[in-house]
Amino acid sequence: MILTKEQQAILDGEKGETLAKVMKTLVMYGDAFEAEKLVPITSKYNHLVTSFGLKVMSPVYDLMQQLLDAGVASGQKFSVDPRPLDKNVPANFLQNLVFNKFMYTKQDFYEEQLDKLGLMDKNAFTCTCYMDQVGNTPKKGDVLSWAESSAVVYANSVLGARCNRNSGIIDIMGSIVGFVPYFGLLTDEGRKATWVVKIQTTKKPEAQLLGSAIGMKVMEDVPYVVGLDKWIGNELNDSARAYLKDFGAATASNGAVGLYHIANLTPEAVELGEDLVAEGAKEYIIDDAELERVQKNYPVIWKNPDATAKLCFVGCPHLSLDQLKTWTEDIEAGLKKNGKKKVIIRTVLTAAPGVLEAFEKTEYAARLKATGVITSYICPLMYMNNPLCKKMPVITSSNKLRTYTSARYYTDAEILETITGGKNE
Amino acid sequence: MKQFKGRVVTPGEVTAEAVVTKEGFNTLASLQMALQFGDKEVKCGDQSNKELYGKPLINKALCLPQTIGSTTGGLVLYCACSMGKNPACMLFANHIDSLAAAGAVLADVWVDGVTMPVIDGLGDEFLSYVKDGMTITVKADGIVEVE
Repeated sequence: MILTKEQQAILDGEKGETLAKVMKTLVMYGDAFEAEKLVPITSKYNHLVTSFGLKVMSPVYDLMQQLLDAGVASGQKFSVDPRPLDKNVPANFLQNLVFNKFMYTKQDFYEEQLDKLGLMDKNAFTCTCYMDQVGNTPKKGDVLSWAESSAVVYANSVLGARCNRNSGIIDIMGSIVGFVPYFGLLTDEGRKATWVVKIQTTKKPEAQLLGSAIGMKVMEDVPYVVGLDKWIGNELNDSARAYLKDFGAATASNGAVGLYHIANLTPEAVELGEDLVAEGAKEYIIDDAELERVQKNYPVIWKNPDATAKLCFVGCPHLSLDQLKTWTEDIEAGLKKNGKKKVIIRTVLTAAPGVLEAFEKTEYAARLKATGVITSYICPLMYMNNPLCKKMPVITSSNKLRTYTSARYYTDAEILETITGGKNE
Repeated sequence: MKQFKGRVVTPGEVTAEAVVTKEGFNTLASLQMALQFGDKEVKCGDQSNKELYGKPLINKALCLPQTIGSTTGGLVLYCACSMGKNPACMLFANHIDSLAAAGAVLADVWVDGVTMPVIDGLGDEFLSYVKDGMTITVKADGIVEVE
């Protein structure tokens, strides 16, 4: 890698041993991809993936402390993934004991570290930092040092920013020195599609199921998706953006997709069309049968597969304001249809703190509360990331949550029927 | 015995027993429970990976195409190395992905006394040939012997 004089000086230790190690990390990381140079980060804010003060992650907090002790801070303010705990979310005595006395004992300590390192504000905890109410929305062409797989794939695909699938810790190291290695999704070549995915379903495909199918097929490659605009339109409005948020999260968690193009919809696809498709691209056709096959293949690891769900999470990644309103209307309609007043399974809708604040200002908030549904800023994945939850039958319409926990996946429509008493699984 | 030649991402020499997945290795899903709750064998916790689910990973030669999933993957690998709960080596059939590369580099630069050789580009034939339980020897120059 060819470094500028300034970068070489940092690597040589002229600005201290710790900063030299940060630079060495970025150079080795870039070398693994034959990156020829480091390029400046141009986004206003960064986004970090590590939001949780898990006792077991002590090596991470030790490293952060090394950075703080050396007087090294992020050059950018940043948002960070959701908090792992929220008193609003139902938890029994044993769960609270495990959460507070065993698992998340470093939470307060780590949040203090984040504050010193450059956290945007106390509400900047969400995986959907790009929502208007949060304010970390990069511009097309911005170079980022973000982590969080769902945010990276959204920033690349829907916003047209440029970011690799950086790991936690690498994310903050980029913004400490102000540069990231130039490879992969930062380059024009790396943004070309090596798969053409043809949507041939007879109805609008479920976002998180379609994303899962594509993620598992293409792994870390870039797909160019044809035929989806028939179902979600050719305008990046609230509804399309929410769909692509959920779709992308599933491609990134069920596979390793960092960028997708949707023909006639996402910015680069609109601009460049099929010129984005690389020579020799492979083809994947998705019809109703393929989506059914994918869903049927998900393992069920509940102790009793026939158990009645005890808890339902919707909002991984966090919901948009528009989605919160739509869920409110759908739940009200479902309850009315099924002759119920409140949901029959404890249900938590999750969204960014800023989005929840905006929601609370609308008439929908009281309506949703009346259905018995709880709202929270929690990370459902972190809530479920313990053996106690393995014994608890939890349902979700998040394919990301399904991937990392024992939560069982259902489509949005199936979830709605279940929580409003239309059917018991 | 068969030899394969790959590229050295992080250097080292080791001999270990192979565990093999032909699917992407989801680092967070595979390691999170084992690291958090003190599983000494570090059994794979990824329910979606039918080849590895429940198998011990510590001190094994992990043979894989690439890693997938959450961008916590690199820091989870870094933590595993810091805690001495890492695989003996990671052997990639494909080019290494950004998350695994981050984990390997973070461990190499920031953790004292840990060596986890990482080799990539070993090719599809490597992953077709290697089976669970085979003995793997990794040489400093990226040569991987399988027997």
